[in-house]
Amino acid sequence: MSRNNTLIALGMTAALVLLAGCEKPRPITVQRGFRGTGMELLYNKPRLDALYEQNQLPEVQSPASPDGPRAGEVYQNVQVLKDLSAGEFARVMLAITQWVAPADQSCNYCHQGEMSSDTLYTKVVARRMLQMTRDINTNWKAHVGATGVTCYTCHHGQQVPAQAWFIDPGPPPVKGFVADRGGKNIPAAIVGSSSLPWDPLTPFLLEANDIREQGTVPLAGSNRHSIKQTEWTYGLMMYMSNSLGVNCTYCHNTRAFGDWNSSPPTRVTAWYGIRMSRALNNTYMLPLTATFPADQRGPTGDVGKVGCGTCHRGVYKPLFGHSMLPDYPELAGPRAAPAVETPAVPTGMPAADAPASGMTPTSDPAASPAMAGKPL
Amino acid sequence: MAMLSFERKYRVAGGTLLGGDLFDFWVGPFYVGFFGVTTIFCALLGTALILYGASLGPTWNLWQISIAPPDIKYGLQLAPLREGGLWQIITMLALGAFVSWALREVEICRKLGMGYHVPAAFGVAILAYFTLEVVRPVLLGAWGHAFPYGIFSHLDWVSNVGYQYLHFHYNPAHMIAVSFFFTTTLALAMHGGAILSMANPGQGRVVRGAEHENTFFRDTIGYSIGAMGIHRLGYLLAVNAGIWSAICIVISGPFWTRGWPEWWDWWLNMPIWR
Repeated sequence: MSRNNTLIALGMTAALVLLAGCEKPRPITVQRGFRGTGMELLYNKPRLDALYEQNQLPEVQSPASPDGPRAGEVYQNVQVLKDLSAGEFARVMLAITQWVAPADQSCNYCHQGEMSSDTLYTKVVARRMLQMTRDINTNWKAHVGATGVTCYTCHHGQQVPAQAWFIDPGPPPVKGFVADRGGKNIPAAIVGSSSLPWDPLTPFLLEANDIREQGTVPLAGSNRHSIKQTEWTYGLMMYMSNSLGVNCTYCHNTRAFGDWNSSPPTRVTAWYGIRMSRALNNTYMLPLTATFPADQRGPTGDVGKVGCGTCHRGVYKPLFGHSMLPDYPELAGPRAAPAVETPAVPTGMPAADAPASGMTPTSDPAASPAMAGKPL
Repeated sequence: MAMLSFERKYRVAGGTLLGGDLFDFWVGPFYVGFFGVTTIFCALLGTALILYGASLGPTWNLWQISIAPPDIKYGLQLAPLREGGLWQIITMLALGAFVSWALREVEICRKLGMGYHVPAAFGVAILAYFTLEVVRPVLLGAWGHAFPYGIFSHLDWVSNVGYQYLHFHYNPAHMIAVSFFFTTTLALAMHGGAILSMANPGQGRVVRGAEHENTFFRDTIGYSIGAMGIHRLGYLLAVNAGIWSAICIVISGPFWTRGWPEWWDWWLNMPIWR
């Protein structure tokens, strides 16, 4: 009898320990498809409240007059924001200080001595980032919509965005005949603690490997994608889910992951988001590699890069969809057209990958060549 | 219809739970009883309502007919008939039919003077259904979280609900349930193989008995659970498969909203190796 009681006590303790790892009902649920399809989002209220708390808007700088001489005429070495009035320019500088610079360094974080001097790397990077911000708000509306982004979207008061990412070489290789981990099989936080590949971003958000791995026609022979490739795709998807605080059904009706016709429209936005991250990393971040000091770079010496989480920070829309652009229209894009250089067109990308080329989601370039252009 | 030798013992009056002698009779080989009547009533009405629902729907394709639960906005209230109300009535009738059948099994057990193992095992299957369609939706606050009645549609629901937790195979209770399901089939296959070979020794040879079975398993795996034991084991495995299935789905949502792989962080964060 006493042995039974001990067993029962042990069992109940184990059950309590396991339940302690769980959440309290009742979660907040959002229906995102026809009733009974299981297309739903679930949120734990305390966690959602905390996330909301972490994603508040910063205080808005008091407005400046758009009149008067241009910043490019008043100040020297102004290359990007020269179309603003001197007052607007100063206001944006203040805002950037508030959004990015450490409190104890303020302007000195980017400016040393003569204000126009480019001696500090932070100033060179900041200029490029301003160009990037305007590029995103002008050319990537397919992803950012009218909401757009500002420095604050990623930086959130920190010099380095908390969710910038680096190439992950993984743990040191083990010795012996099982030496090759194949880039996976350790619980990695970036893939939601699963055993999927620990660096799913390099192949897709830096390089342009195939993300689609499902065949589009029945029977063997038509689809050459391996299970290993599939795991990389799933790794990317885990990262996207966690970056946005959503589950797979936010973008997919999982009865047919690849079918655009039964996917929610959010998948189209995400499709452009992947291309946008890839373009930003190749156009803006990679060329800045040597600009950053060694201690700002990753374990393999690479530059910090943009991914979904960099802006989204665990939220389905950065800052819960609040747009900061109405308060900072200067960042929405170049205004005085003739004086401004056009942002570089993403390079190193297949033409079909650029959203400007009229790509429709029904002809995903990642589909197998045999199916390219055919309705899926 | 001719009676089997043991049916004389079975066809005795009494042992009913409800209705006394009123429904204590047989139709052909079938015992009726109060719960036989309620089973027939619920099953026929429910099936008729499914047919009515199908007639309202876009297709008569058997695979694609689907009676879906209400939108989540209706919460735990009744929904209009064509917007999930039909699903609500069919669910009540289904539970009525299942529970009636279990209670009819209880009455038969009482007539036969045997234990309640069969209705108890069936009860676990009902529990799994009840958990999916009632307990979990109630815990989540809306009938809309239940699965639809359709051959393909309920599978699509299973897929999407699994992917709500990113990777359902990391659900600890799902792992246990799957292990029990597979072990059930393994045990059944091994037991079935043993019985078939005992009962079919070949032309002109005698059917073997339990000691041969025992000897076979003692020689191959070092242990034989015995003729009675194998049925207890099978019962334990099968019932646990159902119980852990119910647990694995009731914790998904009400008690966990994130990816199941992430749940295991408590293991990764154990102080001994963190």
